[in-house]
This record gives sequence, C-alpha cells and structure tokens, in this order.
Amino acid sequence: MSVKQISIFLENKPGKMCEMTEVLAANKINMRALSLAETEGFGIVRIIVDDVYEATTVLKDAGYINKLTSVVIVELPDVPGGLNQILKVFAQAQINLDYMYALSSETSKKNAYMVFRVDDHRAAETALAKAGIRVVTQEEIASL
Amino acid sequence: MERYFQQEIECASREEIVAIQNKKLVEQVKHVWDNVPYYRKKMEEKGVKPEDIKSIDDLHKLPFLSKADLRDAYPYGLVGVPLKDCVRIQSTSGTTGKRVVAFYTQADIDLWEECCARAIVAAGGTNEDVCQVSYGYGLFTGGPGLNGGSHKVGCLTVPTSSGNTERQIMFIQDLSTTILCCTPSYAAYLGETMKEMGLTPEQIPLKAGIFGAEAWSEEMRHNIEETMGIKAYDIYGLTELSGPGVAFECSAQTGMHINEDHFIAEIINPETEEVLPDGEWGELVFTAVDKKAFPMMRYRTRDICKLSREKCSCGRTHVKMEKPRGRSDDMLIIRGVNVFPSQIETVLLEHGYQANYQIIVGRVNNTDTLDVHVEMTPEMFTDNVGEITKRQNELVAGLKSMLGLKAKVTLVAPKSITRSEGKAVRVIDNRKI
Repeated sequence: MSVKQISIFLENKPGKMCEMTEVLAANKINMRALSLAETEGFGIVRIIVDDVYEATTVLKDAGYINKLTSVVIVELPDVPGGLNQILKVFAQAQINLDYMYALSSETSKKNAYMVFRVDDHRAAETALAKAGIRVVTQEEIASL
Repeated sequence: MERYFQQEIECASREEIVAIQNKKLVEQVKHVWDNVPYYRKKMEEKGVKPEDIKSIDDLHKLPFLSKADLRDAYPYGLVGVPLKDCVRIQSTSGTTGKRVVAFYTQADIDLWEECCARAIVAAGGTNEDVCQVSYGYGLFTGGPGLNGGSHKVGCLTVPTSSGNTERQIMFIQDLSTTILCCTPSYAAYLGETMKEMGLTPEQIPLKAGIFGAEAWSEEMRHNIEETMGIKAYDIYGLTELSGPGVAFECSAQTGMHINEDHFIAEIINPETEEVLPDGEWGELVFTAVDKKAFPMMRYRTRDICKLSREKCSCGRTHVKMEKPRGRSDDMLIIRGVNVFPSQIETVLLEHGYQANYQIIVGRVNNTDTLDVHVEMTPEMFTDNVGEITKRQNELVAGLKSMLGLKAKVTLVAPKSITRSEGKAVRVIDNRKI
C-alpha cells in the first residue's frame, strides 16, 4: 500500500536544485510533494510524483542518482489536532518517524495530506488501518 | 602456456644478461663521450673517463641526468647522433617548465616497438588479436608506442587514439576488439560507460587490457577487470627512455619486468644518491644502453620504486619493478606530510567509492587544507542523510589513518569531475606560496 518516493542526490551549490527541476519541467513532470534534507556539502531532494517510472527514467538519463523509498501518505482533516491524531497512532504502535512533509492537493480543500517516512512502513499501515485511518495508494496520487 | 615475443632474450640467464649489459654499457659510454658534449662535460667534472667504465659494476661512477638537465640542454643538447639520422621526436605532456623533447633513430624506434610487442605478447596477444590503441597519438608516446608494438606482434591494429567514447565502444563491439591499450582512468571510464549501456562482461569481446602512463591502484585494476571481464596489465615507461614498454607486466601480475637488455635499472636514495640494494624503496634510475639518438645515462625518473630479482613464474628472467609508489612530481607536501594521490585512491576504493576524485589543496591562515572531492555513486547513495554522513566520516577516518592528515571529503554529483581521455587531472593546488 505504501507509495514510492524518489530521493535524488544533489550538490549543495547555487543553481543545483534549479537544474534538477528544469529536467522535470522539460519533461512535463508535476511534483505533488517535495522535501529537502541538506548538509553542508550535499542535499537529498525527496519528491512524490504521479508516474514514478517516467520521473526516475528522465532523472537517470539526465545523470541524477536517485533511489526509491517507501513512504506512507495519509489523508487527514485540515483542523487543529488533525496531525496529532495520526502521530498518536504511531506513538502507541512504537513506530519511529524519520521525517515527514506535506503534500498538496488540487481537489480537496477540507483535507490535508502528509507524507511519513517511518522505520517500518508495514507496521505503520497496520496500525493506521486498526485506527480506521486510510492511507493513500500509488494509483490515487494522480487524482489527489 | 606462456608466450614470448623474444624468448631468447626475455628468458636469458643472469650471466647472459649481465654480459650483454656490460658490452652495451661500455659502447654507450664511449658513444656519449664522443657525441654528447653536455654529458662529457659532466663526466669530466666528476673525473670519469670512458675507460673507467669496464662493466655494469662501474655504473655508479657515472654522473646522473635529471629533468633539470633536459631543460638546460633543450632542445638538442643531449642528442647523440646527427639530426639527419634522427627520424622522429616525441614529447611529454609535462605541465611545468619546458616540455621534454626526445629524439629517435629508426633503430631506436624499432627497439621501442619491440619492447611494446613484448608487453602485448605477455598480455596474451598474438597475430589473431584485434588490438585497439586508445592512447593519444601524436607527441604523446602512448599511441605511437603501442601502435608499433601491435604491428610487430601482427595484431589487427585499430588506431582509435583517445576520446570519442561512443566510437571506441562501437569499434570494440563491431570489430570484436580483444586487447585494449589506454590509460587506466580512461579504461575505467570506458568500462563504466559500457556498464551503463547495459553491457555485461560476457557481452564485451575484450580479453586483456594494457594500461599505463599514470598511477593506478590494485583496487582500480580489480574494478576494471570485473566491469569488462578482462585481465588488466600494467605497463611502464617514460618519454625520456622511449615511452611505454620500458617495463611491462606478465601473467604473474606481481611487478613489471624491465627490458634489461636495453635499460639498466638502479634504485638510489634520492637524498644521498647512494645506490640501494634490491628490495629497498628508492628513486628509480635508468641507463639506456642501446638508444643512440637520445642516450639517457643514469636518468633519475623521480619514481619511487623497488626492484626484485626473485624467480618469476612466467619464465622471464628480467628484473621486476614494483608499481611506483608515487612520483616525486605527483607528491604533494601538505602540512609537511608527503601525500601521493595513489594513497587517496586506495582509501576511496576500500570504502566502496569509485576512483573518480579530485584533490584540492589550499591554504587558509597559513595552514594547508586538503579537500577530496568524490563522486557519489548509485551504490553509495541512500535516502538516509545520516547513513551517507556516516560513510563520509568513515572515509575521513580512513584518509587520516593512511595519510596522517585530516582531509575534508566533499561528495559531488556523478560525472561532475572531468574525465581525462589522456591523463587524469587529479590535483588542483590553489596554494599561493
């Protein structure tokens, strides 16, 4: 059920992010979510796209090293305490959170979407299912 | 079964080799005394006359030649025959000072090409092989030397010269090239590119490679051998002495046999200039006893090396030299510590990185800085920043233990370090001293 996130290696230098997004733009690839982890020397850009195969192919052809990582995407009500509900589920199930970021939706104004990278995404999905919280599938991303 | 190009001389007994060397050395000293006033003056200053040199035991009495002498005598000062007898020059790719221009008679070229032919045969080459020479042609000795050697063996020679990687691979595939001759960094690059194209070692027709003209490590050899499914042989030489083929590797791959019938090797202490026994590390010194146009006498190569006369399983009897530990020209002095790029390369490969790196030396507040740029590879990349940083720190620790120096490691994008199609630019020294 998990969704594939593309992680891309970038040098931490002016213009590097721009060069990478240029490749995506030229190939008409829309990013649904993006997060950037950086150190002094390098950065990792993490993106969620509709078509993972197409995006990784154009990135590889342009010389970018990338890897796929499984993440869990959850739809949550865009109200105070909405995120807290989800994190409680993870806390109770002893699931460790590596990082998280938000995903934009074109269709829903009432709901928000969060991308979670956890130590055990299968356990996270099971815990969420038990709590009656639905996770987003890969196929659904294009329609969000 | 081991094959030889000139078995009689390559497998001659020690007594035979010494007898040949004695005879040739005495003749060469006389030739130089009569024809090279520059060296004659050096001999006179040292109080040595041709009649003082009766055998190779007297070699140590002769004065040295160094790169500084080549500069002083540029361009004709060390030429030993009338120019009408010279048929070619070759020149070094040296980046500092005057280029070295070496002269050849036809006989000098023949013996050089024979040396290269010995190397090709030692790597398994026969007249049934297709030998692609991807060293640069022109002033650089790599292309012309191996080209000539390949002709002497009777291989079908493919003179692609360096560059145009796609065309190189097209010829390898279409003509079923079996032997590749180029610099090790270019071999690694070709291998990488073929791998990216999805070619497995079984789909690559190559069986052997003869790689030289720059420093490379055992790990780099293994990588090249694995990617292309070949056996990679080292070859050694320098323009001053003819070019590649002064020494070459055999099937044992435990050092390179020096063509002792043409080049007498010594190891000296570079500071005291005293001759050191076999097995000790020191500067490699060569005396070319056959070459008449550019007769180098006790030429100091600056290569730090050692010699071994242990019996070789290949049957060749000529002395073996270890892969030079470094060239004092390549040697960097950083915070007072001697650093060879080859040491850094070894550490990178040990830690799972490729040999695609650049060393940047700078100076901040009167202290030298060492920054090693390493290309990220798909194998070393993960989504986990902590994991990448941990590997980076392990690399810093590995470099510290190898060099005794703290280096900064910067991970850079793949293929961002310019690949050489001739020689690799490994060092950028920004120090203004």
